[in-house]
Amino acid sequence: MTRAVLALVGLLLFAATARAEPDAACQVPEGLVQADFPMPRVAEAIAAKTLEIAVIGSASSALAGPGGAGKAYPGRLEAELGAELPGVTVRVSTFAKPRQSAAEMQAVIPEILATKKPALVVWQSGTADAIRGVDPEDFRFALEEGVEALHKGGADVVLMNMQFSPRTESMIALNAYADAMRFVALQQSVNLFDRFSVMKHWNEAGVFDLTVATKKMDMAERVHACFAKLLARLIVDSVALTRQEQKAND
Amino acid sequence: MTAASGRDLRLDLFRGLALWLIFLDHIPSNVVSWITIRNYGFSDATEIFVFISGYTAAFVYGATMQERGFVVASARILRRAWQVYVAHIFLFTIYMAEIAYVSASFENPLYAEEMGVFEFLRQPDVTLVQALLLKFKPANMDVLPLYIALLAVFPPYVWLVLRAPTVALFVTVAVYALAWEFGLNLPAYPSGHWVFNPFAWQLLFCFGAWCALGGMERIGGFIRSPWLVALAVVYLVVSFAIVLTWYVPPWTRFVPKALAEWMYPIDKTNLDVLRVAHFFALAVLAVRFVPADWPALKSRWLQPAVICGQHSLEIFCLGVFLAFAAHFAMAEISDGIPMQVIVSLLGVVVMIAAAALMSWYKQIEGRHAGSRAQPSAGPAGSSP
Repeated sequence: MTRAVLALVGLLLFAATARAEPDAACQVPEGLVQADFPMPRVAEAIAAKTLEIAVIGSASSALAGPGGAGKAYPGRLEAELGAELPGVTVRVSTFAKPRQSAAEMQAVIPEILATKKPALVVWQSGTADAIRGVDPEDFRFALEEGVEALHKGGADVVLMNMQFSPRTESMIALNAYADAMRFVALQQSVNLFDRFSVMKHWNEAGVFDLTVATKKMDMAERVHACFAKLLARLIVDSVALTRQEQKAND
Repeated sequence: MTAASGRDLRLDLFRGLALWLIFLDHIPSNVVSWITIRNYGFSDATEIFVFISGYTAAFVYGATMQERGFVVASARILRRAWQVYVAHIFLFTIYMAEIAYVSASFENPLYAEEMGVFEFLRQPDVTLVQALLLKFKPANMDVLPLYIALLAVFPPYVWLVLRAPTVALFVTVAVYALAWEFGLNLPAYPSGHWVFNPFAWQLLFCFGAWCALGGMERIGGFIRSPWLVALAVVYLVVSFAIVLTWYVPPWTRFVPKALAEWMYPIDKTNLDVLRVAHFFALAVLAVRFVPADWPALKSRWLQPAVICGQHSLEIFCLGVFLAFAAHFAMAEISDGIPMQVIVSLLGVVVMIAAAALMSWYKQIEGRHAGSRAQPSAGPAGSSP
């Protein structure tokens, strides 16, 4: 009984603070989401006032239900960036299919490049490959080749790793895939959005209770809203980094 | 490494410690796992476990082979492999129960993708057969299949080490090199390959066997040389510094890009050379600074680890189960830091209690826990 009351009070407090400072709820420690590499193609697109972004991913890049498309992080990202970059038309299109492995996503890259001509591709991957037991090495090759193709096709890339899921943590071995993504990000000089560490931090800090079983969409929607916020910040920061480096070179 | 009187307690001690560390590492999101060695260097407790398992297996079955011949020793090794197989299937059943419970009780739209891990429950006919074939192996259940595979081909290797140790060593290194060159590995289900590639990991198991059957006397002087000890220390410090940058992302930039590209990814599946070297460096220091006749090895303070190491198969299996149970308790009750500490400590205590119980059983049956040192006592029931 007391636990239930405490939980309720906690929830109310949380709701109150969340409403008062929507940004504070998404807070992560310094350095967890940071622009390590510049994104010159995005900077150019912003200068040209049109930023075309494509999200390639699996089920965790989408939310089910009516209005899910607008509430999942790709849709939110469009709104966030639109607000951050006044005067720039931002369009985000999503290519998310459940259970897609990195190799299957790599196969659709040429088509996405041809039809959308994105300046930025957010590539979310890892979980489907881990569940299916794809060789981590094959996973890494798919990412490497995919990122190279995207660079050649004129797109910058942000890699997004898997979600932190406490209830299934002991059932899906993510380590090798997380390592592979970190390696490819470093090797190809692309930014990594470390979704896993971010969510783990939120769970530990009590920002979101990720163990809770629910059918309701509200927490999932708030989590995705935070992804979008942090992702937008990463993109804006890396554009700033690009300009700094260009100035230093001039 | 063998003490004159037979059983080397250092092996039991280090294997017992490795078993605790493996248990702690298997509990996800566990603050206590910060003490485990994988956070301070390239290798982890698995290397220690596999090496010592090879060493003790050769020690026991090598003696059998010399006294009673190839057939009897092989029969005993294969019976051991069968025991490990049964233990693995037992653990798999527990895992299935847990996963089936979670799939029935947990739902959250945020994790639609992660729920895919329960798909295989829909076709148990295929999954169970693939598990029996050791092709379908859930997370954290890859070590025992490796052990089974290694034991299954162990008899001819022991035979070879007894006759031509140098050739045997050459063979094991050659298999390791070929595995890397041609990407040899066993297939897994639903796709991919074994998480612990037996063609690569046999290197440590067989090297352990080689050391047990006379190799240690041959390289003893070399590994105690001050130059090698100094080199080992340098390597451990460098690898510690590099591992530190994994946990503090802003420090990643201090690792030279050329070094990073050459070094990463450090492959656990195929037992990366950097991991082997790290294990060897640890072993060199252990041999140098922990003498075989160290009195503390018989003290009551180290007994808990020593007895766990003496019942390694049972305690390993128990550890896998306890890690499941600990994660389950964390998910159901609380995943806070106090809970993480409690389940970690409780798990280690249960492992010690179980090992003590097994030692006691052996005692009332008239054998000492370390009795395998005397082959006449029959290694059949002891745990290589």
